[in-house]
Amino acid sequence: MSILNTLKKLTYAKGVRILLNGVWKDNPAFGMVLGICIALAITNRVENAIAMGAGVSFVLVATSFIISSLRNIIPSRLRIITYMLVISSFVIIVDNLLKAYFPVISKALGPYVGLIITNCIIMGRAEAFAMKNNVLYSALDGLACGIGYTSTLILLAAVRETLAFGTVLGIAVTPAGWTNWVVLAMPPGAFFVFSIYLWITRTIAKIETDCGG
Amino acid sequence: MFTGVITIFFAAVLTHNIALSYILGMCPFISLSRNMKTASGMGFSIIFVVTVTAMINWPIYHLILVPLHSEIIAYIVFMAVIAATVQLLEMIMEKFFPVLEASFGIFLPLITVNCIVLAVSLFMVLRDYGYIKSVFFALGTSVGWTLAIVIIAALREKLRLVGDVPKGLQGPGITMIIAGTLALSFIGFSGIVGIK
Repeated sequence: MSILNTLKKLTYAKGVRILLNGVWKDNPAFGMVLGICIALAITNRVENAIAMGAGVSFVLVATSFIISSLRNIIPSRLRIITYMLVISSFVIIVDNLLKAYFPVISKALGPYVGLIITNCIIMGRAEAFAMKNNVLYSALDGLACGIGYTSTLILLAAVRETLAFGTVLGIAVTPAGWTNWVVLAMPPGAFFVFSIYLWITRTIAKIETDCGG
Repeated sequence: MFTGVITIFFAAVLTHNIALSYILGMCPFISLSRNMKTASGMGFSIIFVVTVTAMINWPIYHLILVPLHSEIIAYIVFMAVIAATVQLLEMIMEKFFPVLEASFGIFLPLITVNCIVLAVSLFMVLRDYGYIKSVFFALGTSVGWTLAIVIIAALREKLRLVGDVPKGLQGPGITMIIAGTLALSFIGFSGIVGIK
Protein backbone atom coordinates (compact mmCIF):
# COMPACT_ATOMS: atom_id res chain seq x y z
CA MET A 1 0.00 0.00 0.00
CA SER A 2 2.72 2.42 0.96
CA ILE A 3 4.65 1.58 -2.21
CA LEU A 4 1.55 2.30 -4.25
CA ASN A 5 1.13 5.61 -2.49
CA THR A 6 4.73 6.57 -3.16
CA LEU A 7 4.31 5.60 -6.80
CA LYS A 8 1.17 7.68 -7.03
CA LYS A 9 2.91 10.65 -5.45
CA LEU A 10 5.78 10.21 -7.86
CA THR A 11 3.51 10.34 -10.89
CA TYR A 12 2.16 13.63 -9.68
CA ALA A 13 5.60 15.02 -8.93
CA LYS A 14 6.35 17.86 -11.30
CA GLY A 15 9.54 16.39 -12.68
CA VAL A 16 7.93 13.13 -13.75
CA ARG A 17 4.96 14.95 -15.23
CA ILE A 18 7.27 17.11 -17.32
CA LEU A 19 9.06 14.02 -18.62
CA LEU A 20 5.83 12.22 -19.50
CA ASN A 21 4.37 15.30 -21.18
CA GLY A 22 7.43 15.85 -23.31
CA VAL A 23 7.62 12.26 -24.47
CA TRP A 24 3.93 11.56 -25.02
CA LYS A 25 1.27 14.24 -24.64
CA ASP A 26 3.22 17.20 -25.95
CA ASN A 27 5.50 15.10 -28.13
CA PRO A 28 7.07 17.68 -30.44
CA ALA A 29 6.60 15.68 -33.61
CA PHE A 30 3.01 14.41 -33.52
CA GLY A 31 1.50 16.46 -30.68
CA MET A 32 2.65 19.89 -31.68
CA VAL A 33 3.76 19.03 -35.26
CA LEU A 34 6.94 21.04 -34.85
CA GLY A 35 10.38 20.53 -36.34
CA ILE A 36 9.12 18.27 -39.08
CA CYS A 37 11.39 19.60 -41.83
CA ILE A 38 14.29 17.78 -40.24
CA ALA A 39 12.14 14.82 -39.19
CA LEU A 40 11.16 14.23 -42.81
CA ALA A 41 14.36 15.13 -44.59
CA ILE A 42 17.00 13.10 -42.76
CA THR A 43 15.08 9.97 -41.72
CA ASN A 44 16.07 7.83 -44.71
CA ARG A 45 18.78 6.11 -42.61
CA VAL A 46 18.73 5.19 -38.92
CA GLU A 47 22.28 6.41 -38.28
CA ASN A 48 21.36 9.89 -39.55
CA ALA A 49 18.29 9.89 -37.30
CA ILE A 50 20.35 9.00 -34.22
CA ALA A 51 22.96 11.68 -34.95
CA MET A 52 20.32 14.32 -35.62
CA GLY A 53 18.28 13.32 -32.56
CA ALA A 54 21.33 13.55 -30.32
CA GLY A 55 22.25 16.93 -31.79
CA VAL A 56 18.75 18.38 -31.34
CA SER A 57 18.49 17.00 -27.78
CA PHE A 58 21.84 18.52 -26.82
CA VAL A 59 20.87 21.93 -28.21
CA LEU A 60 17.44 21.70 -26.50
CA VAL A 61 18.85 20.91 -23.05
CA ALA A 62 21.66 23.47 -23.31
CA THR A 63 19.41 26.25 -24.63
CA SER A 64 16.70 25.61 -22.02
CA PHE A 65 19.37 25.68 -19.31
CA ILE A 66 20.94 28.97 -20.47
CA ILE A 67 17.66 30.75 -21.25
CA SER A 68 16.15 29.67 -17.94
CA SER A 69 19.15 30.89 -15.96
CA LEU A 70 19.03 34.23 -17.78
CA ARG A 71 15.24 34.54 -17.73
CA ASN A 72 15.17 37.43 -15.24
CA ILE A 73 17.70 39.58 -17.13
CA ILE A 74 16.51 39.10 -20.72
CA PRO A 75 14.43 42.14 -21.77
CA SER A 76 11.18 40.87 -23.25
CA ARG A 77 11.56 42.92 -26.44
CA LEU A 78 14.93 41.35 -27.17
CA ARG A 79 14.08 37.79 -26.22
CA ILE A 80 13.70 36.34 -29.73
CA ILE A 81 17.13 37.57 -30.81
CA THR A 82 18.61 36.24 -27.55
CA TYR A 83 17.14 32.78 -28.24
CA MET A 84 18.60 32.94 -31.74
CA LEU A 85 22.09 33.81 -30.52
CA VAL A 86 22.12 31.10 -27.83
CA ILE A 87 20.73 28.46 -30.20
CA SER A 88 23.15 29.37 -33.02
CA SER A 89 26.13 29.09 -30.69
CA PHE A 90 25.19 25.58 -29.59
CA VAL A 91 24.45 24.51 -33.16
CA ILE A 92 27.92 25.65 -34.18
CA ILE A 93 29.31 23.38 -31.43
CA VAL A 94 27.25 20.41 -32.67
CA ASP A 95 28.23 21.07 -36.28
CA ASN A 96 31.94 21.12 -35.49
CA LEU A 97 31.76 18.06 -33.22
CA LEU A 98 30.05 16.09 -36.01
CA LYS A 99 32.58 17.32 -38.57
CA ALA A 100 35.48 16.28 -36.35
CA TYR A 101 34.30 12.88 -35.10
CA PHE A 102 31.66 11.66 -37.58
CA PRO A 103 32.66 13.14 -40.96
CA VAL A 104 30.54 10.65 -42.95
CA ILE A 105 27.34 11.45 -41.07
CA SER A 106 28.16 15.15 -41.15
CA LYS A 107 28.41 14.95 -44.94
CA ALA A 108 25.14 13.03 -45.22
CA LEU A 109 23.29 15.56 -43.06
CA GLY A 110 24.80 18.49 -44.98
CA PRO A 111 23.05 21.82 -44.41
CA TYR A 112 20.42 20.21 -42.18
CA VAL A 113 22.74 20.46 -39.14
CA GLY A 114 22.79 24.23 -39.53
CA LEU A 115 19.03 24.19 -39.91
CA ILE A 116 18.64 22.95 -36.31
CA ILE A 117 18.74 26.70 -35.56
CA THR A 118 15.37 27.22 -37.23
CA ASN A 119 13.89 24.04 -35.79
CA CYS A 120 10.83 25.51 -34.08
CA ILE A 121 10.92 22.98 -31.21
CA ILE A 122 13.92 24.64 -29.57
CA MET A 123 12.61 28.16 -29.75
CA GLY A 124 9.13 26.93 -28.86
CA ARG A 125 10.36 25.29 -25.65
CA ALA A 126 12.48 28.33 -24.76
CA GLU A 127 9.47 30.62 -25.14
CA ALA A 128 6.81 28.34 -23.67
CA PHE A 129 8.74 26.72 -20.84
CA ALA A 130 12.27 27.95 -20.08
CA MET A 131 11.23 31.61 -19.73
CA LYS A 132 8.77 30.68 -16.95
CA ASN A 133 10.42 27.85 -15.01
CA ASN A 134 13.54 27.27 -12.94
CA VAL A 135 16.79 25.89 -14.33
CA LEU A 136 16.35 22.27 -13.27
CA TYR A 137 12.81 21.87 -14.61
CA SER A 138 13.73 23.64 -17.86
CA ALA A 139 16.66 21.33 -18.52
CA LEU A 140 14.41 18.36 -17.73
CA ASP A 141 11.76 19.65 -20.13
CA GLY A 142 14.43 20.03 -22.80
CA LEU A 143 15.56 16.46 -22.21
CA ALA A 144 11.99 15.12 -22.33
CA CYS A 145 11.23 16.87 -25.61
CA GLY A 146 14.58 15.70 -26.95
CA ILE A 147 13.76 12.07 -26.10
CA GLY A 148 10.29 12.37 -27.62
CA TYR A 149 11.69 13.88 -30.79
CA THR A 150 14.59 11.43 -31.11
CA SER A 151 12.29 8.43 -30.68
CA THR A 152 10.08 9.74 -33.48
CA LEU A 153 13.09 10.22 -35.76
CA ILE A 154 14.42 6.71 -35.07
CA LEU A 155 11.00 5.11 -35.58
CA LEU A 156 10.43 6.86 -38.92
CA ALA A 157 13.98 6.06 -40.04
CA ALA A 158 13.65 2.39 -39.06
CA VAL A 159 10.48 2.00 -41.13
CA ARG A 160 11.91 3.86 -44.12
CA GLU A 161 15.32 2.18 -44.09
CA THR A 162 13.86 -1.30 -43.72
CA LEU A 163 11.44 -0.89 -46.60
CA ALA A 164 13.68 1.17 -48.87
CA PHE A 165 17.05 -0.53 -48.47
CA GLY A 166 16.24 -3.73 -46.54
CA THR A 167 18.68 -2.76 -43.79
CA VAL A 168 18.78 -1.21 -40.31
CA LEU A 169 22.07 0.50 -39.40
CA GLY A 170 23.61 -1.24 -42.40
CA ILE A 171 22.61 -4.76 -41.28
CA ALA A 172 20.34 -6.65 -43.65
CA VAL A 173 16.97 -7.44 -41.99
CA THR A 174 14.69 -8.41 -44.86
CA PRO A 175 14.44 -11.95 -46.31
CA ALA A 176 16.29 -12.83 -49.50
CA GLY A 177 14.47 -11.85 -52.66
CA TRP A 178 13.04 -8.71 -51.03
CA THR A 179 12.33 -5.92 -53.51
CA ASN A 180 13.41 -2.54 -52.18
CA TRP A 181 10.73 0.16 -52.13
CA VAL A 182 13.14 2.85 -53.29
CA VAL A 183 10.44 5.54 -53.32
CA LEU A 184 10.37 5.48 -49.51
CA ALA A 185 13.94 6.78 -49.40
CA MET A 186 12.87 9.73 -51.55
CA PRO A 187 10.87 12.79 -50.42
CA PRO A 188 7.39 11.38 -51.34
CA GLY A 189 8.09 8.38 -49.12
CA ALA A 190 8.94 10.71 -46.25
CA PHE A 191 5.59 12.46 -46.61
CA PHE A 192 3.61 9.22 -46.82
CA VAL A 193 5.32 7.48 -43.88
CA PHE A 194 4.99 10.58 -41.72
CA SER A 195 1.30 11.02 -42.50
CA ILE A 196 0.59 7.40 -41.55
CA TYR A 197 2.61 7.90 -38.36
CA LEU A 198 0.58 11.05 -37.58
CA TRP A 199 -2.68 9.20 -38.26
CA ILE A 200 -1.82 6.35 -35.87
CA THR A 201 -0.35 8.43 -33.04
CA ARG A 202 -2.98 11.15 -33.16
CA THR A 203 -5.77 8.59 -33.12
CA ILE A 204 -4.24 6.88 -30.07
CA ALA A 205 -3.41 10.13 -28.27
CA LYS A 206 -6.85 11.52 -29.26
CA ILE A 207 -5.47 14.80 -30.57
CA GLU A 208 -7.95 16.62 -32.76
CA THR A 209 -7.34 19.71 -34.78
CA ASP A 210 -9.92 22.37 -35.32
CA CYS A 211 -8.81 22.93 -38.87
CA GLY A 212 -10.95 21.05 -41.36
CA GLY A 213 -9.74 19.26 -44.47
CA MET B 1 26.49 32.98 -68.20
CA PHE B 2 22.94 33.94 -69.10
CA THR B 3 21.83 30.36 -69.76
CA GLY B 4 23.54 29.26 -66.52
CA VAL B 5 21.46 31.73 -64.56
CA ILE B 6 18.22 30.68 -66.25
CA THR B 7 19.05 27.01 -65.67
CA ILE B 8 19.60 27.61 -61.96
CA PHE B 9 16.31 29.48 -61.70
CA PHE B 10 14.25 26.70 -63.30
CA ALA B 11 16.14 23.95 -61.48
CA ALA B 12 15.32 25.65 -58.18
CA VAL B 13 11.64 26.03 -59.10
CA LEU B 14 10.94 22.61 -60.61
CA THR B 15 13.54 19.86 -60.31
CA HIS B 16 15.05 20.87 -56.96
CA ASN B 17 11.94 22.39 -55.40
CA ILE B 18 12.82 23.29 -51.83
CA ALA B 19 9.52 22.16 -50.33
CA LEU B 20 9.03 18.95 -52.27
CA SER B 21 12.55 17.62 -52.76
CA TYR B 22 14.47 19.11 -49.83
CA ILE B 23 11.43 19.11 -47.50
CA LEU B 24 12.12 22.52 -45.99
CA GLY B 25 9.77 25.27 -44.85
CA MET B 26 7.21 22.75 -43.59
CA CYS B 27 5.79 24.64 -40.58
CA PRO B 28 4.01 27.37 -42.57
CA PHE B 29 3.43 24.78 -45.29
CA ILE B 30 1.06 22.97 -42.94
CA SER B 31 -0.38 25.77 -40.84
CA LEU B 32 -0.92 28.37 -43.59
CA SER B 33 -2.11 26.18 -46.45
CA ARG B 34 -5.74 26.22 -45.37
CA ASN B 35 -6.77 28.73 -48.01
CA MET B 36 -5.34 30.29 -51.14
CA LYS B 37 -5.28 33.87 -49.85
CA THR B 38 -3.05 33.25 -46.81
CA ALA B 39 -0.90 30.82 -48.80
CA SER B 40 -0.16 33.32 -51.55
CA GLY B 41 0.36 36.13 -49.01
CA MET B 42 2.97 34.09 -47.18
CA GLY B 43 4.48 33.05 -50.51
CA PHE B 44 5.04 36.60 -51.70
CA SER B 45 6.53 37.67 -48.35
CA ILE B 46 8.92 34.70 -48.56
CA ILE B 47 10.00 35.57 -52.12
CA PHE B 48 10.84 39.08 -50.95
CA VAL B 49 12.68 38.18 -47.75
CA VAL B 50 14.64 35.24 -49.20
CA THR B 51 15.90 37.24 -52.16
CA VAL B 52 16.86 40.28 -50.08
CA THR B 53 18.68 38.25 -47.40
CA ALA B 54 20.61 36.28 -50.05
CA MET B 55 21.66 39.59 -51.62
CA ILE B 56 23.00 40.79 -48.25
CA ASN B 57 24.44 37.50 -46.95
CA TRP B 58 26.56 36.75 -50.02
CA PRO B 59 28.80 39.86 -49.76
CA ILE B 60 28.99 39.51 -45.96
CA TYR B 61 30.21 35.92 -46.24
CA HIS B 62 32.58 36.30 -49.18
CA LEU B 63 33.92 39.81 -48.54
CA ILE B 64 34.07 39.88 -44.73
CA LEU B 65 33.98 36.40 -43.16
CA VAL B 66 36.20 34.56 -45.67
CA PRO B 67 39.09 37.11 -45.69
CA LEU B 68 39.02 37.14 -41.87
CA HIS B 69 38.95 33.29 -41.70
CA SER B 70 35.91 33.39 -39.44
CA GLU B 71 33.55 31.14 -41.42
CA ILE B 72 32.84 29.34 -38.16
CA ILE B 73 30.50 32.11 -36.97
CA ALA B 74 28.59 32.15 -40.28
CA TYR B 75 25.41 30.73 -38.66
CA ILE B 76 25.21 33.52 -36.08
CA VAL B 77 25.89 36.20 -38.70
CA PHE B 78 23.30 34.80 -41.12
CA MET B 79 20.65 34.65 -38.40
CA ALA B 80 21.42 38.21 -37.30
CA VAL B 81 21.12 39.45 -40.88
CA ILE B 82 17.82 37.61 -41.37
CA ALA B 83 16.31 38.93 -38.14
CA ALA B 84 17.48 42.47 -38.87
CA THR B 85 16.20 42.37 -42.46
CA VAL B 86 12.77 41.18 -41.40
CA GLN B 87 12.57 43.86 -38.71
CA LEU B 88 13.67 46.54 -41.18
CA LEU B 89 11.18 45.39 -43.80
CA GLU B 90 8.42 45.54 -41.25
CA MET B 91 9.33 49.12 -40.33
CA ILE B 92 9.67 50.25 -43.97
CA MET B 93 6.33 48.70 -44.88
CA GLU B 94 4.63 50.24 -41.87
CA LYS B 95 5.93 53.71 -42.80
CA PHE B 96 5.55 53.76 -46.59
CA PHE B 97 3.15 50.97 -47.57
CA PRO B 98 0.54 50.69 -44.83
CA VAL B 99 -1.91 48.85 -47.11
CA LEU B 100 0.67 46.20 -47.94
CA GLU B 101 1.62 45.98 -44.28
CA ALA B 102 -1.96 45.29 -43.29
CA SER B 103 -2.13 42.25 -45.56
CA PHE B 104 1.42 40.87 -45.29
CA GLY B 105 2.40 42.19 -41.86
CA ILE B 106 1.26 39.18 -39.88
CA PHE B 107 3.55 36.84 -41.85
CA LEU B 108 6.75 38.81 -41.38
CA PRO B 109 7.65 37.77 -37.79
CA LEU B 110 7.06 34.12 -38.77
CA ILE B 111 9.61 34.34 -41.55
CA THR B 112 12.58 34.88 -39.21
CA VAL B 113 12.31 31.31 -37.97
CA ASN B 114 11.43 29.83 -41.35
CA CYS B 115 14.07 27.33 -42.38
CA ILE B 116 14.13 28.17 -46.07
CA VAL B 117 15.53 31.66 -45.51
CA LEU B 118 18.54 30.23 -43.68
CA ALA B 119 18.67 27.20 -45.99
CA VAL B 120 19.09 29.36 -49.10
CA SER B 121 22.07 31.13 -47.53
CA LEU B 122 23.61 27.81 -46.47
CA PHE B 123 23.11 26.15 -49.87
CA MET B 124 24.55 29.20 -51.62
CA VAL B 125 27.73 28.89 -49.53
CA LEU B 126 27.94 25.07 -49.82
CA ARG B 127 27.58 25.10 -53.60
CA ASP B 128 29.94 28.03 -54.04
CA TYR B 129 27.68 30.15 -56.26
CA GLY B 130 28.74 33.56 -57.59
CA TYR B 131 26.69 36.67 -56.75
CA ILE B 132 24.32 36.70 -59.75
CA LYS B 133 23.80 32.93 -59.51
CA SER B 134 23.04 33.23 -55.78
CA VAL B 135 20.40 35.89 -56.36
CA PHE B 136 18.69 33.84 -59.06
CA PHE B 137 18.95 30.69 -56.95
CA ALA B 138 17.26 32.53 -54.07
CA LEU B 139 14.56 33.89 -56.36
CA GLY B 140 13.94 30.47 -57.93
CA THR B 141 13.84 28.68 -54.60
CA SER B 142 11.30 31.04 -53.11
CA VAL B 143 9.15 31.05 -56.27
CA GLY B 144 9.23 27.24 -56.18
CA TRP B 145 8.13 27.20 -52.53
CA THR B 146 5.29 29.63 -53.30
CA LEU B 147 4.19 27.48 -56.24
CA ALA B 148 4.07 24.40 -54.03
CA ILE B 149 2.13 26.02 -51.15
CA VAL B 150 -0.41 27.61 -53.53
CA ILE B 151 -1.06 24.25 -55.23
CA ILE B 152 -1.48 22.54 -51.85
CA ALA B 153 -3.84 25.26 -50.60
CA ALA B 154 -5.95 24.94 -53.74
CA LEU B 155 -6.15 21.16 -53.33
CA ARG B 156 -7.12 21.51 -49.65
CA GLU B 157 -9.89 23.97 -50.56
CA LYS B 158 -11.27 21.49 -53.11
CA LEU B 159 -10.92 18.61 -50.65
CA ARG B 160 -12.98 20.43 -48.05
CA LEU B 161 -15.95 20.49 -50.46
CA VAL B 162 -16.01 16.76 -51.11
CA GLY B 163 -13.76 15.22 -48.51
CA ASP B 164 -14.65 12.89 -45.70
CA VAL B 165 -11.28 12.73 -43.96
CA PRO B 166 -10.78 10.36 -40.98
CA LYS B 167 -10.41 12.22 -37.69
CA GLY B 168 -6.79 11.36 -36.90
CA LEU B 169 -5.75 12.36 -40.40
CA GLN B 170 -7.36 15.80 -40.44
CA GLY B 171 -5.13 18.86 -40.62
CA PRO B 172 -1.43 17.98 -40.78
CA GLY B 173 -1.94 14.34 -41.79
CA ILE B 174 -3.94 14.94 -44.95
CA THR B 175 -1.70 17.87 -45.92
CA MET B 176 1.29 15.51 -45.76
CA ILE B 177 -0.46 13.01 -48.05
CA ILE B 178 -1.28 15.75 -50.57
CA ALA B 179 2.33 16.97 -50.37
CA GLY B 180 3.59 13.41 -50.94
CA THR B 181 1.46 12.99 -54.04
CA LEU B 182 2.63 16.37 -55.31
CA ALA B 183 6.26 15.41 -54.61
CA LEU B 184 5.76 12.22 -56.64
CA SER B 185 4.49 14.23 -59.59
CA PHE B 186 7.37 16.71 -59.27
CA ILE B 187 9.79 13.80 -59.69
CA GLY B 188 8.49 13.78 -63.26
CA PHE B 189 10.36 17.05 -63.84
CA SER B 190 13.74 15.55 -62.91
CA GLY B 191 16.19 15.45 -65.77
CA ILE B 192 14.81 18.56 -67.49
CA VAL B 193 17.39 20.86 -65.90
CA GLY B 194 20.19 20.09 -63.50
CA ILE B 195 21.54 22.26 -60.74
CA LYS B 196 25.15 23.51 -61.18
